[in-house]
Amino acid sequence: MIWIAIRMLTGDAQKFFGLVFGIAFSTLLITQQLTIFVNLLERGASGVYNVSSADIWVMDPVSRTTDVAYAMPSTALDKVRGVPGVEWAVPHIRANASVRTKDGDLEGVAVIGVDDATLIGLPKNMVEGSADVLSRPDSVIIDDVGTTRMFPDQSPIGERLELNDQRAVIRGIADAIPSFTSTVVLYTKYSNALNYVPGTRNRLSFVLVGAEDPAAAKTLSERIERETGLKAQTREEFARDGVQFIIDNTGIPLNFGITVALGFIVGVAIVGLTFSLFIRDNIKQFGALKAIGVTNGKIRRMVAAQAGLVGLIGYGLGVLGTVGFISAFSSDPTFKGFYIPWQIPIISLVAVALILGLTGWLALRSVLKTEPAAVFR
Amino acid sequence: MSAPAICTRAVTRDFQAGQQTITVLHGIDLDVKAGEMTFLVGESGSGKTTLISIMCGILWPTQGEVKVFGTDIYDLSDDELVEFRLNNIGFIFQQYNLIPSIDAASNAAVPLMAQGMDREEARMRAVAMLEKLNIGDQAAKLPNQLSGGQQQRVAIARALVHEPRLVVCDEPTAALDASSGRRVMDLLREVAVAENRACIIVTHDNRIFDLADRILVLEDGVVTHDGTEMPEDH
Repeated sequence: MIWIAIRMLTGDAQKFFGLVFGIAFSTLLITQQLTIFVNLLERGASGVYNVSSADIWVMDPVSRTTDVAYAMPSTALDKVRGVPGVEWAVPHIRANASVRTKDGDLEGVAVIGVDDATLIGLPKNMVEGSADVLSRPDSVIIDDVGTTRMFPDQSPIGERLELNDQRAVIRGIADAIPSFTSTVVLYTKYSNALNYVPGTRNRLSFVLVGAEDPAAAKTLSERIERETGLKAQTREEFARDGVQFIIDNTGIPLNFGITVALGFIVGVAIVGLTFSLFIRDNIKQFGALKAIGVTNGKIRRMVAAQAGLVGLIGYGLGVLGTVGFISAFSSDPTFKGFYIPWQIPIISLVAVALILGLTGWLALRSVLKTEPAAVFR
Repeated sequence: MSAPAICTRAVTRDFQAGQQTITVLHGIDLDVKAGEMTFLVGESGSGKTTLISIMCGILWPTQGEVKVFGTDIYDLSDDELVEFRLNNIGFIFQQYNLIPSIDAASNAAVPLMAQGMDREEARMRAVAMLEKLNIGDQAAKLPNQLSGGQQQRVAIARALVHEPRLVVCDEPTAALDASSGRRVMDLLREVAVAENRACIIVTHDNRIFDLADRILVLEDGVVTHDGTEMPEDH
């Protein structure tokens, strides 16, 4: 009987493809939008993820994220270094600046000053060049977002920039996760950064700390807070705060939530309508089957098989569509590093199951309510 | 004397029309024998569809008792009644109600598949039945590729393939011209009427009344005639 159910469904090509399209569209919308949402949120922690060697970030108590930080006096570095359990501590500065290119374009950039001696604070990998280039005068390393945006058709290596009215030369390209706003980032030594970014008396944004025992980073961060009066967070905590900041301060969750809800509603509407039409068109056949002696249980299984087939194909197409979308845009810095967390296809699957469960149940009601005697009328 | 194939006692059926209760059948007492082609005749609204539906277990009577081959079918649970229909009754619907997206053989095999028989085996038996009805060569065609007469033969094959003991036909000749109608009736007599099988035909087609072994006339929910021929005044 399951075979008959499948043939009934696929025999009506128009409705079959309508149902598959409805599920595929819903799955695509839900999966793709949730994927972009999650990846965008994670961009709130990109500043933390780019510095993989730091176990703990120490900052002014009012600082919230890598991009929303209040500068500390330089003595903070020494205070942190004096805390037992700290293996190393280095200064880290993050500030905004303006760049004028040789073509006269103006670009707002983020300048990140990394430790002069160890270069801790740089992203782990380079697209071009090496971290050592920072030892040369006026050197900066640009991230790949900056490369694409400011030098779309040429290599930026060797290009000179007017960075806050001072000379800077690009000598490398870092493989960095873009920030939430996809701002161009220039990495330079801490001492250079102090020159490039004029400011107030206090200039130190963060102190990056390596723990003697990385597994006890949480305990160490609490000790640093106790002994220095500064705010200290483990890498995971600070990354989470970066994500939370975006959730709290932007309309992104609401907007994406609305789109995902629309995906669900559109799915219910398209699939529900098509499924109802399909059942209505076949109600005589279902009535005949019931009269012949097909139980309601078998009818339920038949409709479930039809829904299952539509769901399987539609869901597969929707997820494939999302994978295609992510792959197609992977070279665009805006989507750099985007991936589909395994939880998202499961959420989409649950949504598809709900859509089919709801619409299948509504359609099934009319079949179950049909009296077999109706076939004689 | 053997027990009747169908036995109805004091069968009454009411329908609600708003606040009003309409009684469609008034205490029908009837015995239908196996090995006969029994016609149930009456004007529209006489209650014949209601009676046939009750006799084959797809509509509950308001009162009364219906025994089919000795089984009080309305004493059965819902699932048992469905099972009983599947194993004992074959239906030929006026509009055939074939499934448009499966071929003739699969349509004819539906009762066997519903009984749980393997699809290929069910199809083989269905093809054999279609051959008996002289449309074996049409077995692989979809219903919309068949003529009305061929579709009806597929419907007959579906009604008989599982060898039911009761065959119920609803207006089998209503959509056919006189000669096609007679051919269908001849066919039904040949394949559906057997010593151990009852065959009831609901009709108001007076062109085929002479083919009946027994005619029951229903008027306003009451059997007004029971004989081998139609009464003079009809």
